[in-house]
Amino acid sequence: MAKEDAVHAEGLVKEFGEVTALDGLDLVVPRGKVVGLLGPNGSGKTTTVRILATLLKPTKGVAYVNGFNVEKQSDQVRHSIGLTGQYAAVDEFLTGRENLRMFGDLYHLAPAYVKDRSEELLEWFDLSEAADRPAKTYSGGMRRRLDLASSLIAKPSILFLDEPTTGLDPRSRLGLWGVIESLVAEGTTVLLTTQYLEEADKLADDIVVIDHGRVIAHGSADALKDQIGGDRIEVSVADLNRARDAQVVLGPIFGGESLITDSLISGPVSGGSTVLVDVVRLLDSQNIAIADLALRRPTLDDVFLSLTGHGAEDESVGNPTGRSKRGRNKS
Amino acid sequence: MSEVKTLSTSAPIAMSRPLLGWTFHDSVVIARSTILASFRIPEALFFQLIQPVIFVLLFAYVFGGAIPIPGAEPGSAADSSLYRQYLMPGIFGQTVAFAAAASTVGLAEAMQKGIIDRYKALPMSQSAALIGNTLANALRQILVLAVLSITGYIVGWRINDGILNAVYAYLLLLLFAYTVTWVGAFVGLSVPNTETANTAGLIWIFPLTFLSNAFVPIDSLPGVLKAFAAFNPVSSLVLATRELFGNPTGYAPGADPEFWSLQHPILYTIISCTVVIGIFAPLAIRKYRSVSRR
Repeated sequence: MAKEDAVHAEGLVKEFGEVTALDGLDLVVPRGKVVGLLGPNGSGKTTTVRILATLLKPTKGVAYVNGFNVEKQSDQVRHSIGLTGQYAAVDEFLTGRENLRMFGDLYHLAPAYVKDRSEELLEWFDLSEAADRPAKTYSGGMRRRLDLASSLIAKPSILFLDEPTTGLDPRSRLGLWGVIESLVAEGTTVLLTTQYLEEADKLADDIVVIDHGRVIAHGSADALKDQIGGDRIEVSVADLNRARDAQVVLGPIFGGESLITDSLISGPVSGGSTVLVDVVRLLDSQNIAIADLALRRPTLDDVFLSLTGHGAEDESVGNPTGRSKRGRNKS
Repeated sequence: MSEVKTLSTSAPIAMSRPLLGWTFHDSVVIARSTILASFRIPEALFFQLIQPVIFVLLFAYVFGGAIPIPGAEPGSAADSSLYRQYLMPGIFGQTVAFAAAASTVGLAEAMQKGIIDRYKALPMSQSAALIGNTLANALRQILVLAVLSITGYIVGWRINDGILNAVYAYLLLLLFAYTVTWVGAFVGLSVPNTETANTAGLIWIFPLTFLSNAFVPIDSLPGVLKAFAAFNPVSSLVLATRELFGNPTGYAPGADPEFWSLQHPILYTIISCTVVIGIFAPLAIRKYRSVSRR
């Protein structure tokens, strides 16, 4: 059964000297699905991908990719996968077309096929115009697209995307999401690591939340959100002095579990958007003016906070120079 | 990104596996890309060509008069002309030794940028990335040697012993270049980052080239340094090329060098190149298999 899944890993442990990067991680990616591996920096996401991509050997545990053992059948695994890391690993002194040709040749594809496939990918990724310019001159988004195109040259059935949109501007991120969605629509299996909850929410069928090298939660985005409770209403009153009154008036709706912060009152509700009407009616009856009112589904941020006690993007602790250190301490 | 277009779904067409495996094919692909890329870095190319030319001019016109060559009156016109003939093979030797730098810096960069990770996730030959890189950096020396030879000709250096021997001399220089690129590759994979590759990673090349007979006859060196210089393969390489080009060797006619390595400079150079490649190629390939991006 392990061999039927696109990815099947059991009890992966990876130790780097004293540091335990993975501590018994299990992971299943069914064929044709997108699984999001979600966790903060240092939680073991990249290590997991690197083991599955045959770049690292696990200290313990076993993993199959496309039915092949990553340690014993690494060549077959490499034929099955495409890998795109958070660093766009293309040769920046070669043009887009030359990069694709080089990777195509290294996959041992027929030259004529590489040529046609390169043209197709360049067009698909909107890189045709820039195809003969060195990748050095590309924008961050273009480089990332070339990187992804390079992983697709041999039409791998399984794609590992390690933080594919880290460092991209919102527009490029949306563009890349579109590409990933089309690939999935055509049947590609994707294992995606991300620290952006929004990204996992948008792209992944299944989300595996990891922290300290272990799976701490697993399920669809909705299931994970339900795990920490339902919707919340947040209402902000115009007059700070009336906040207390508002909390009292809304007491029945929140079932006594409301919180108050300055002029903001929030609490759990059931019944969806019809509750909004009740809130407005109750406050209006007491002449309490509303500055802002929202019904909020819990985000994956809330999920993460409640599961781990710290936020998903909380990386500043003990690391004031966040960005540069991030590349080096990857585990 | 145009959602309307779709990618073709036909299966990819693979090449048939060569009889002896993929190493040769993959090495050629990497070498081709490395050479192509090197021409896109005009600064690097410029310095690689300009630095040896500056050395020629510096030694020929500044130091040349102060270094006596046996067989000519010190300070005479004949002496400085002889020195330039003597000097050029030294510059050739020094220049090809610096071919190692390109491999050190190139591989350290490829590692830092994640390109080596990408290679390692491809079903390609695991030694090809290094064989291709070292091959490319050695082949690039053909261009450098051509520019140097022309510069040398302008300052008075000549090929005096026939074309065939000159070809042997150039081939020996390229063999040496290929040898040091393997050492450079090993160093490039061993240093922690590109900054270190650019500094500490290159430091060993300086004593190697200066503690040799490249610029001065080694007889003037004190005992231990003299022995080191005598068995330094740069010395045997330079002496071999001096003999093959028919340039002054630094030894008076009839006076033999006292060390075996310099009595048989061609043989000693080929032996040391073979030994060094035999040690450093497996070391570098082993290192390559174990490294990952830092």
